[in-house]
Amino acid sequence: MLPRPHGGRLVNRVMGEELKERTLEEARGIPRIEVSLDVAVDVENIAYGVFSPLEGFLSRNNYISVLESMRLENDTPWTIPIVLDVASRELRGKEVNEGDTVALTYKQRAFALLTIEEVYRYSKSEYMESVFKTLDKNHPGVRKIMEMKDRLVSGDIELINSVENPYTRYTLHPVETRVLFKELGWRTIVGFQTRNAPHMGHEYIQKTALTFVDGLFINPVIGKKKPGDFKDEVILKAYEELIKNYYLKGKAVLAILRTEMRYAGPREAIFHAIVRKNFGCTHFIIGRDHAGVGNYYKPYEAQEIFNEFPDLGIAPVFFKTFYYCKKCYGYVNEQVCPHRGEDVIPPSGTKIREMLMKRRLPPREMMRPEVAKIILSFEKPFVD
Amino acid sequence: MAGESEKERKHTTVSIPIQLYEKIKKRIKGTGFTSVSDYVTYVLREVIASLEEEEKEEVFSKEEEEKVKERLRALGYLD
Repeated sequence: MLPRPHGGRLVNRVMGEELKERTLEEARGIPRIEVSLDVAVDVENIAYGVFSPLEGFLSRNNYISVLESMRLENDTPWTIPIVLDVASRELRGKEVNEGDTVALTYKQRAFALLTIEEVYRYSKSEYMESVFKTLDKNHPGVRKIMEMKDRLVSGDIELINSVENPYTRYTLHPVETRVLFKELGWRTIVGFQTRNAPHMGHEYIQKTALTFVDGLFINPVIGKKKPGDFKDEVILKAYEELIKNYYLKGKAVLAILRTEMRYAGPREAIFHAIVRKNFGCTHFIIGRDHAGVGNYYKPYEAQEIFNEFPDLGIAPVFFKTFYYCKKCYGYVNEQVCPHRGEDVIPPSGTKIREMLMKRRLPPREMMRPEVAKIILSFEKPFVD
Repeated sequence: MAGESEKERKHTTVSIPIQLYEKIKKRIKGTGFTSVSDYVTYVLREVIASLEEEEKEEVFSKEEEEKVKERLRALGYLD
């Protein structure tokens, strides 16, 4: 049996077809708030239940509760604020008040409605310290918060139309993954979060997890990333190649999660687990430095935080990093292999990246040649 | 950010027998739990989560399911 969605019910805030045309017509006469692609995509995530139980942007009390206790006001675990920032000047100019319905627009086209519940002030430093544990401007999450506007607007949303998506082929909503898992006969599913093209370490983590569950849900994050990260299309093509050549048929599903990386380490690990629970996963893999960046979080801090959430409703599966051991003649990790130092070849992401940047194939102990060749078939495989 | 009064609003007091309190106090020594309240909250969350798990309901109608299967087939996820 698949887990119940987070909060008990899969949220659906997608407007019925019969209402869309009339609503878009009416939306011309109401105030509009232009949002970024990241926000627009999160509106979609709310609407399709990826962020269940959220039905809109966080109210002030929920926002404070998430910062302070990593839970919504009703005690449901929730670790990342999903908020809409708007400039107070813009709200005044448009005479927008609490209780009003506004059209959310992306590239000037209305795509959703927002019924404004509250407009509230917030402290950026409290947000950054609570979520990222740092105020360092070198942290990509901190930089993003510093650029946010001065007010947060809460309220329920209703999606009229989806925004542009170059990856519809790989986009599944939770209602669809839940049917898919059932049709595949999977009762236990392990979710795998990634923002990288797969190396051998990833593959062995996934396959080890696959030894005790029915199916693997590979769910790369597609959205804004930092320079040096693999481009989205590279990640998808690399995984397709890996699955085609090295996975049993009917044991792995590849579909994307459209949302930005927050680089919030442990808090984001919980958030990622909740999202995969909504997709129908029973288990979720947490490796070393999950959703981390630089040295802001301890290597296994994203695993330790799960102790605080016995009521999460999805089982975390913790792994140490896998590496190739010359003495064991295989892929192992420090929980099963006594060898260290010169005896082992760790599939270092940094080294692999350096080799690929020089258009060289990494050794096969680090990355499958088929996968490396696919990556090198792209002229520029990394984010500029 | 919340003042002290708002923080306080998030918790309330329940009574448990003193003997049980003492037992729990002993049990949590040397564990990650820093107070009896933390331990009781943990246990109650576990119990409630497992009860809610038992009350699961199906989330889609048959028609919705068929429509979803059509898309999954069109995308190549199902044969």
